[in-house]
Amino acid sequence: MRRILQLISAVALVATILPAMLFLLGRVDLEQVKWLMLLATIVWFASTPFWMGRPTEVKDEIDVP
Amino acid sequence: MADDQSQPTGEFEREPVPQRSLLGFKSFIGMYAGEHCAGTELMIGPLFVAAGVSAYDVVVGLLLGNALAVLSWMLLTAPIAVRARLTLYYQLEKICGRNLVTLYNLANGVMFCFLAGSMITVSATALGVWLDFPMPGLNDIYPNSVGWVLAVLAVGTVISVVAAYGYEMVSRIANIAAPWMVLVFLAFGLVGLKEFITATDSKIHSISDLWLLAQTSIWKGGEPLEGQVKFTFWHVTFFAWFCNMAMHIGMSDLSVFRFARHSWYGISTAAGMYVGHFMAWLSASVLYALQLHHDPTNTDVLPGPLAYKACGIAGLICVIIAGWTTANPTIYRAGLAFQAIIPKSSRFAVTLFTGAIATLAGMFPAIAMQLLGFVALYGLLLMPMGAVVFADFWLLKRFGLQSSYAEQSGLSFNWAAALTWFITLGICLALVKSGIEINGFQPFQIWFVALPGWFVATFLYIGLSKLTQQSPAIDN
Repeated sequence: MRRILQLISAVALVATILPAMLFLLGRVDLEQVKWLMLLATIVWFASTPFWMGRPTEVKDEIDVP
Repeated sequence: MADDQSQPTGEFEREPVPQRSLLGFKSFIGMYAGEHCAGTELMIGPLFVAAGVSAYDVVVGLLLGNALAVLSWMLLTAPIAVRARLTLYYQLEKICGRNLVTLYNLANGVMFCFLAGSMITVSATALGVWLDFPMPGLNDIYPNSVGWVLAVLAVGTVISVVAAYGYEMVSRIANIAAPWMVLVFLAFGLVGLKEFITATDSKIHSISDLWLLAQTSIWKGGEPLEGQVKFTFWHVTFFAWFCNMAMHIGMSDLSVFRFARHSWYGISTAAGMYVGHFMAWLSASVLYALQLHHDPTNTDVLPGPLAYKACGIAGLICVIIAGWTTANPTIYRAGLAFQAIIPKSSRFAVTLFTGAIATLAGMFPAIAMQLLGFVALYGLLLMPMGAVVFADFWLLKRFGLQSSYAEQSGLSFNWAAALTWFITLGICLALVKSGIEINGFQPFQIWFVALPGWFVATFLYIGLSKLTQQSPAIDN
């Protein structure tokens, strides 16, 4: 599960910057950039807190008596 | 600018960090990269444009100035940190005595309050986009509308209460937001650049085309805007070098690098400098230059509207989070500094009190709008104590003098350190006031004066130590 969430976060990060890059290249318009960035922001903040700064699964296993 | 959200705290405050608790290089990279993408970056970039910087001055000046800042961490702060492995406060206490450290805490706490105030100002500009109240202009000193006062009050109250109740929670949000925030800052720059290309009908086929656009449209140089000081290459260089002076030359980051395995870990600060103090500043400055390009009469430096125009709601969220997550630890740390003065006071009450002062400061736009000068003053104020730590650690024994003199002699107020601090500041401020001009250049402006000031402080501390250590009558 942790890996999947990390993957989603990584995609969200890419989606945060990609629209601006595509805008620079003239592939999307500014309104699309704004909506895509908002979507990426929502996904980032919805997925990242579940894994970032939390103990890893391996560590959890070690800590369990 | 920096906050200390990721700084390891609460451990080994009065003992050297043991080997088993040392951190790896990656920890410092992450810490500095996140920590230097703060709300204030959104003010500093535009203020460079308002100060009339040219493309060469701002790009090369930032490259050089940030390199000097990294070298300061590497060569001044980290070598002492990994040898002593003590917090700045404990090290200062050993050198200066408890009472002088209390005074240092007071100065530090007050400056932190004003800094947090400017971060609250940044966040409040985002509310203005939604609520459409009159916001302050570039040269405003006092609050200019009831809406503005209420917005700052609302933001400041939320930030203060959260800082008092849930520092850990906000610290976690700050860490989560950091990678995303860095990319939103980059997006500001990319969007702004494309808008410039469209607005000027430029054709960009090479780096030289891009450089031409930068020189002729973005950072055009020339006269600064009304009420602003003209920034040259040297101003940009010294500003980038000294804007975190309290942390490197001022030795605040002894508390961070005491956890480093090697002193070369100081190079990790480059992640913060070139992400936050190069990319983020340039990105924010592009947005402001674009605003001036569209309407030269609109000189307002308002991060909220600037970010909203470029990246919509995501941009606004970035402004709010950047201001909030960086004001939070700043208020918290100011509270800690004040609490050290009155140890019996509750952390909750002190943090709320500190937040109230920061909120009041945030209502006055002068601090945020004059941030270039304020940041220089902040570094200058704490710099002499960094020089004292440096001289005490490396030089005093070479002159046959006792280092950590307060601890060794049981002093609570080391006059050598105190006089070094006060006299250095007095000399520096007198030089700034003098307005001395050499070939049309003022070498003692607030952005430059800390460099000679550091040498003055170092020599003064050695000289005064020689006097006071030989004359116990001067001591308490």
